[in-house]
Amino acid sequence: MEGIGIWGVPLAIFAGAIRVSTPFIFVSLGESITERSGRINLGLEGTLVFGAMTAYAVAVMSNSPWLGVLAAMATGAVFGLIHGFICKFPKVNDIAIGIAMMQFGLGLAFFLGKPFIQPVAPHLPSIALGGWSSSPQIQSALNINVLFIIGALLAVALWWAFKNTRVGLILRVVGDSSDAARAMGLNPDTARLLATAVGGSLAAVGGAYLSLFYPGSWNEGISSGQGLMAVALVIFARWNPIGCFLAALLFGGAGALGPALQSVGVTQGYYLFYAAPYVLTLVILVVTSSPTRSLAGAPGALSITK
Amino acid sequence: MIKLLPMNRRSFLQTTAAGAAAIGLSPSLFSTTAAAQTALTVGFIYVGPKDDYGYNQAHAEGAAVIKAMPGVTVVEEENVPETVDVQKTMESMINLDGASLIFPTSFGYFDPHMLAMAAKYPDVQFRHCGGLWQEGKNPMNTGSYFGYIGQGQYLNGIAAGYASKSKKIGFVAAKPIPQVLQNINSFLLGARSVDPAITCQVIFTGEWSLAVKEAEATNALIDQGADVITCHVDSPKVVVETAAGRGAFVCGYHANQSPLAPEKYLTGAEWAWGNVYTKFVTEAQAGTPLGNFVRGGLKDGFVKMSPLGPGVSAEARTKFDATLAEMMKGSFSVFKGPIKDNKGGDAVTAGQTLAEDAIELESMAYLVEGVVGSTS
Amino acid sequence: MTIEANIPTLPPLSAQSGNLRPILEWLARRAEPVAISLGAILAGLALFSIFITVVGKSPIDLFKLMYTGGFGSWFSIQNSLSRAAPLLLTALCVALPARLGLVIIGGEGAVVLGGVAAAAAALPLTGSVSPIIVLPVMAIAGMIMGGIWIGMVGVLRHYRGVNETIASLLMAYIAIALMNHFIEGPLRDPASLNKPSTTPLPADYMLGNIPGMDVNWGLVIGILACIVSWILIEATSFGFAARIAGGNVRAAQIQGLPVGRLIVGFTALAGSFAGLAGMVEVAAVQGSANASLAAGYGYTGILVAFLARHNPLAIIPVAILLGGIDASGGLIQRRMGLPDATVLVLQGTLFVVILFCETFYGRFKIFNPDLWKRTA
Repeated sequence: MEGIGIWGVPLAIFAGAIRVSTPFIFVSLGESITERSGRINLGLEGTLVFGAMTAYAVAVMSNSPWLGVLAAMATGAVFGLIHGFICKFPKVNDIAIGIAMMQFGLGLAFFLGKPFIQPVAPHLPSIALGGWSSSPQIQSALNINVLFIIGALLAVALWWAFKNTRVGLILRVVGDSSDAARAMGLNPDTARLLATAVGGSLAAVGGAYLSLFYPGSWNEGISSGQGLMAVALVIFARWNPIGCFLAALLFGGAGALGPALQSVGVTQGYYLFYAAPYVLTLVILVVTSSPTRSLAGAPGALSITK
Repeated sequence: MIKLLPMNRRSFLQTTAAGAAAIGLSPSLFSTTAAAQTALTVGFIYVGPKDDYGYNQAHAEGAAVIKAMPGVTVVEEENVPETVDVQKTMESMINLDGASLIFPTSFGYFDPHMLAMAAKYPDVQFRHCGGLWQEGKNPMNTGSYFGYIGQGQYLNGIAAGYASKSKKIGFVAAKPIPQVLQNINSFLLGARSVDPAITCQVIFTGEWSLAVKEAEATNALIDQGADVITCHVDSPKVVVETAAGRGAFVCGYHANQSPLAPEKYLTGAEWAWGNVYTKFVTEAQAGTPLGNFVRGGLKDGFVKMSPLGPGVSAEARTKFDATLAEMMKGSFSVFKGPIKDNKGGDAVTAGQTLAEDAIELESMAYLVEGVVGSTS
Repeated sequence: MTIEANIPTLPPLSAQSGNLRPILEWLARRAEPVAISLGAILAGLALFSIFITVVGKSPIDLFKLMYTGGFGSWFSIQNSLSRAAPLLLTALCVALPARLGLVIIGGEGAVVLGGVAAAAAALPLTGSVSPIIVLPVMAIAGMIMGGIWIGMVGVLRHYRGVNETIASLLMAYIAIALMNHFIEGPLRDPASLNKPSTTPLPADYMLGNIPGMDVNWGLVIGILACIVSWILIEATSFGFAARIAGGNVRAAQIQGLPVGRLIVGFTALAGSFAGLAGMVEVAAVQGSANASLAAGYGYTGILVAFLARHNPLAIIPVAILLGGIDASGGLIQRRMGLPDATVLVLQGTLFVVILFCETFYGRFKIFNPDLWKRTA
């Protein structure tokens, strides 16, 4: 295979954007639903890791990766339900609960996942969109996982749904003001509960991708904070699902930068490159936030924007 | 500058001779009646999970070997970070479990943690996996043991040299420390002994265990044309699976990863800690002093190679076996001058030969010519 | 016509000695946090017991081991205290801003950079300046670095409206990357080949142990910091202003309280405590700054702060309790064959339950004397 030299960098960013971004896509889409309803769920990191563990374990035991994904969705929904249930009580700080659920989810995932570090699980399939190219690198880069495509479609579907469907409207009303929702005869708590459950479910799918496709292995270091970063991405994307998708791609590309640069000889200070995604997110947050105007487009009932 | 004992080989031989004599003199040592055994509790401390298909698993497999020895109780603790936690773990094993022989297996456990505990518990024996023990500076109830696995990586390189069609091989490395650099250089030198035109690209992930970075690095290497990959990270599982998934060959490290990629696994450089631990435990049970600076390579059974996989051609097998035989006789050196480094300077001068236990190897800070990459 | 409700009444005031009622009222108000916290802990332990039973082990055995490992002997107590020491400081990093209504979870970043700064500050001074000066200089360096790091989060929050939870977390990741960069690059001790570290502190420059104990002075530093913080919050006007602002930032601004100064001041102070924890880790445990600084003290501190309901004095017993749980983790792993994640599950369960029980404040009439009926 011929090396591709300096083209390796943009190709790696492109391929990395697709590969690394998929968990971010799912977690941020899930969190965008939750936050649109007026609740913030910081526990998605725990849900993601638990989903990764569940998907891997079920895939090992049943030899079907898709069954693993379904199982992960179920456990993600349960985590979301717990979070949503606890948060509806007065005086409960939902940011703190999120952190607590994260620790609980991580601990439980590591505990139950111990027997599954060694076995190998079947991987999720991918679609080879690169068949037109003779270059193996491009073929590999365009070897796109099915979940990425589902994520892209989901982003568009959610964007349309928020604007045009009744469920989307309910979500937005509940998210803007509990009082207005009650005046309309809606129960904000139930809506938020369901939104959090759906959010957790999607986050768990993101975790399933990590363990069943890329990097495709279960161990305790599987996540490097994707769940928490995705929450930041949602704010950056202004709760717009398509914005979440694009932001996830950006973040994925930034994550692939370090190794790609090393492979073409840029080896100085590689730790600083590894910090690139976090710096990028922080800079974007700083630039797009404002102390006086509340964040444009923020759901009114969201606790962090008050 | 870390100075090492020049007598390491001899002192090791002396202690094994003593141990062998002890075995010879007391046939009851391996009898099945436990009553004849000195009961011994041995503690193992791992920095990561025991089943990581890598560094920690290699130690755990060694511990499993001595668990089967009569009279031996093994207590293990995993995921112990290199902070005061490990000191407390050691103390807990000594005070609450009655351990009298402790193996803290991670590099960062030695100073200050193990040394502090050794000073506090002079009747307990501590042996550290690494090469840090110094006579006169460190107490006699401590010691180091390590294996010369660089020769194993050289053999990996031979297999890689024959298997590579693109003449490019790749190495996913954690941090640019001497042990890792030695492995990278040995891998490339082994491949170059097959074809001097082969180059090896290295990418440093910066952490001992970071799955996403390891996968990205593997992909980047393969994108740049490498078709045989090896690594030095704590758990090679991700690298092996990702490389094999992209159609590249892999060489294993630490432990045998062939179940993960049966078609693409060429061979691997593995630790054989079971032999080392057996020797230590036997000496401890016999009451003879344990070696303080114990080293060995393929020849001494500290390191072993995985069985050759289906991707190894007959020609490759011949050269592999021949080199291995030379190494087993102790007559082979990987670093034989002249060798240039990849910045144009001299790494090993003409006429100079660095044996596998040479001190200079412990402070290696260069990458040899033919390695594409930089240590900083 | 008046309607008499059947509310339990206390005997009329005139029928009691004059002192009893106020004492009862005082007790009732004070009892609320204690009773609810205790109830929450018991509920959490009960849930955890159910989990352990489902997994097939005995919760009684587990709790006995937790007691043995955490508090059952002088060795265990010291083990717990050692682990609690850094938590005292990192919990303050969460608790202080929390009184202002800010949730900061990136203390880990301040810890690691504080440690690096402390080690760097010591580099030019060791050998020529006496330890009595070097140690405070290290402490100040660590505190300044940590204060700047978390103070930046406060600045971003007040002047740019950036959510401080996410910002502090991002800063923590950036801090760890910076730490790695400095430790392996500009600040690296050339002799620290296999474990990149800064130049080690000579033994007489290390922060020693409390006389008669196996616990370093970091414990005392942490306790003092908690006391100082409590005084600051409860007994100074600055603290009083913070508590008001914590209730409602907009109202505080309208009233003219210097909210910006409060936010930056408190976050900087919080960060300085975390940076101090990093300095203690370097000066008392590791002897140099290396990758082991990122040991998770910052994250466990979050749990301690929330369990203590952000009261600096309550942080002291909570940190010791959590230190005890952590300390017993190793014993649980070895004796019951449970993974070390067991401790994480317990901590997570306790955390969730304690936070949930916040909702019970003000719900029970017995704790609110204003609702007690008094007959004339």
